Amino acid sequence: MTGENAVRLRPPRNAVDERAVAWWRSQLLVTTAVPVVVLGVLGALIGPARFWLLLAAGTVAALGLACTAFFPAWWFRVHRWEVTDEAVYVRTGALWQEWRIAPMSRIQTVDTVRGPLEQLFRLGTVTVTTASSKGALRIEGLDHELAAELGERLTALTQATPGDAT
Amino acid sequence: MNEAGHGADPRDGGIGGADGPRGEGPAEEWRRLDRRMLLATAAVLCGVAGGAGLPTTLGLAGSRPLWQALSWVLAGAFLLVLGGTLVDYVRLRRTRYRIGAERVELHTGLLLIKRRSLTRERIRSVDLTANPLQRVLGLVKVRIGTGESTGGSESTLELDLVTRAEGERLRHELLARTTTGPEDLPHEGALATVDPRWIRYAPVSFVAPALGGAAAGAVMQVSEWFGAQAAVIDWIGDRFRDVSVTWMIVDLILVATVVGAVGALGLWVEMWWNHRLEREPGGTLRVRRGLLTARSVSIEERRLRGIEVVEPLGVRLAGAARVDAVATGLAKDDGDKHADLKTLLPAAPREIADRVAAQVLREPEPPTGAPLAAHPRAARTRRLRWALWSVAAPVALLAGLGLLLTPVLLYVAAGCAVVLTPIAVLLALDAYRGLGHGVSGAYLVTRSGTVRRATVALQRSGVIGWTVKQSYFQRRAGVLTLTATTAAGDGAYAVYDAGETEGLTFAAEAVPDLLAPFLEPVPTPEARSTKG
Repeated sequence: MTGENAVRLRPPRNAVDERAVAWWRSQLLVTTAVPVVVLGVLGALIGPARFWLLLAAGTVAALGLACTAFFPAWWFRVHRWEVTDEAVYVRTGALWQEWRIAPMSRIQTVDTVRGPLEQLFRLGTVTVTTASSKGALRIEGLDHELAAELGERLTALTQATPGDAT
Repeated sequence: MNEAGHGADPRDGGIGGADGPRGEGPAEEWRRLDRRMLLATAAVLCGVAGGAGLPTTLGLAGSRPLWQALSWVLAGAFLLVLGGTLVDYVRLRRTRYRIGAERVELHTGLLLIKRRSLTRERIRSVDLTANPLQRVLGLVKVRIGTGESTGGSESTLELDLVTRAEGERLRHELLARTTTGPEDLPHEGALATVDPRWIRYAPVSFVAPALGGAAAGAVMQVSEWFGAQAAVIDWIGDRFRDVSVTWMIVDLILVATVVGAVGALGLWVEMWWNHRLEREPGGTLRVRRGLLTARSVSIEERRLRGIEVVEPLGVRLAGAARVDAVATGLAKDDGDKHADLKTLLPAAPREIADRVAAQVLREPEPPTGAPLAAHPRAARTRRLRWALWSVAAPVALLAGLGLLLTPVLLYVAAGCAVVLTPIAVLLALDAYRGLGHGVSGAYLVTRSGTVRRATVALQRSGVIGWTVKQSYFQRRAGVLTLTATTAAGDGAYAVYDAGETEGLTFAAEAVPDLLAPFLEPVPTPEARSTKG
């Protein structure tokens, strides 16, 4: 299929905020730290199984750190978003990449969410849902002001666009 | 029958205003559930009391005189039936509903009064069910649903129980819409009725082995309750004293299969007896079926987004297919395990299934029968690779254990490899043959699956978004998975492993203006090959 008329999906226009990389890293670190600490404490307390528990803790820590070093930078290159007058367009993923498109006329709700860690990095997530149970779009790692502004803009746009959303 | 129920009910004074769907009359009268529901409750409780009372009596009679045991149990049963019926009486007193010009309201609850209301415009389905007891009493349970995909149970009202005439009246009144569409006589009236010969597809469905396994499990479980499991196993061992263990296992599997097949036949009769699919004036599809428990499912045509022709492996080999509706707002039943409200036609010969699909969609030709574009060979390679991996993994595990523990496992591993590899390869090739997608008139058609092959025809206007997925391996193979999201049915229907350019072009053409703005030409083949 590398003929004359070959097409592909173009990358969405906007990158996410650069602070998202640090946010993803800290998320991964927290997710790694919890089992490592549990395993480490158990290893310190349970004598007979110490070697295996500490080995498991070390493996989890090494894997977690490798992911922390590797994935956020990759995600930053892949995660992009775009809002046109007609549609919302998002690209996510790394090994499994995903492009999602939802037309403005079918959008049902627009939510802006900021988790505790996101607040720390002054980031926000905009979630757009349609009438489909499997059609939600998430734009993660936006600057929190941009996220709030985007949420309002999307709400205004969807209200202005006619359509019954199904 | 509807009209009789309409006028002959002395309790509803305000019936005049209920005549037209947009009636402007005074506020509707509140109505109550039917009194005979108390009889139904009492009868069920009597059954429960009898079932629990008999073993209790026998147990008590061991330690005290029979008359004493009997009177204790009778007193308990009496209290249970009386108490339950009283509670139900309170529910009857406190439950009322009314069908207003704009809204349907239901007040119910034992301690707290729950007030629920649905906007009449949003009502999309009115389903009636009646179990044998309720049928004898002439009662039905009514579920009124809206097309909301969110909200769960909040979007359904349940009237438990009203008379059959009242149920029919509600169904008729709530779903009656002014017919605006053109008269379409060939697609009106009865679209399909069940043919008793279709029962031959019941034993080849997946229900049969499941039922067989369940029966075997039940024998073991029940015998364990009575502490007789060892006796049962001994008894089975005695039956097979003269044959080898292998034959015993083969025989037991055969017995379970036969039991499962008989069970599947029985289930089929109970589910599909009197099945009738019809389109009512005003554009509502109605499925009526059931031998003992009568069910009536109505799907408003406006909510229909397409149709799915499903061919599970056994049924497909027998040349048959089932037809499901792809509609929004079909109740996802959590209480009722018969979650096949969407099934319009049970497994029937393929040409009949296709004809019914076309009639349901009001099309001259079935979109699900249209020729579809095949997928690139990379899709076949991927399926073959999965098949080989899925055999290799357990075989390697068995072989590894065999090396460590006992050489018997090595033979088992070799046997598995010899038996499973051809099966897996055949399934993979069949899965590849099944893949296809295309546009047929107003419908987007996609087919996939081998164990459960499904051909979905989805209205192109019903697609409310696209999701394109590509894994690392798919990127290397130059294929991608396109998923059309929709408000109906499963929420999303996928085209697996389509060629990159071909798939994206198909998606852009199937739903105009949605995907097209985000496509760009690939610069040059050279740049692409160095990149990918």
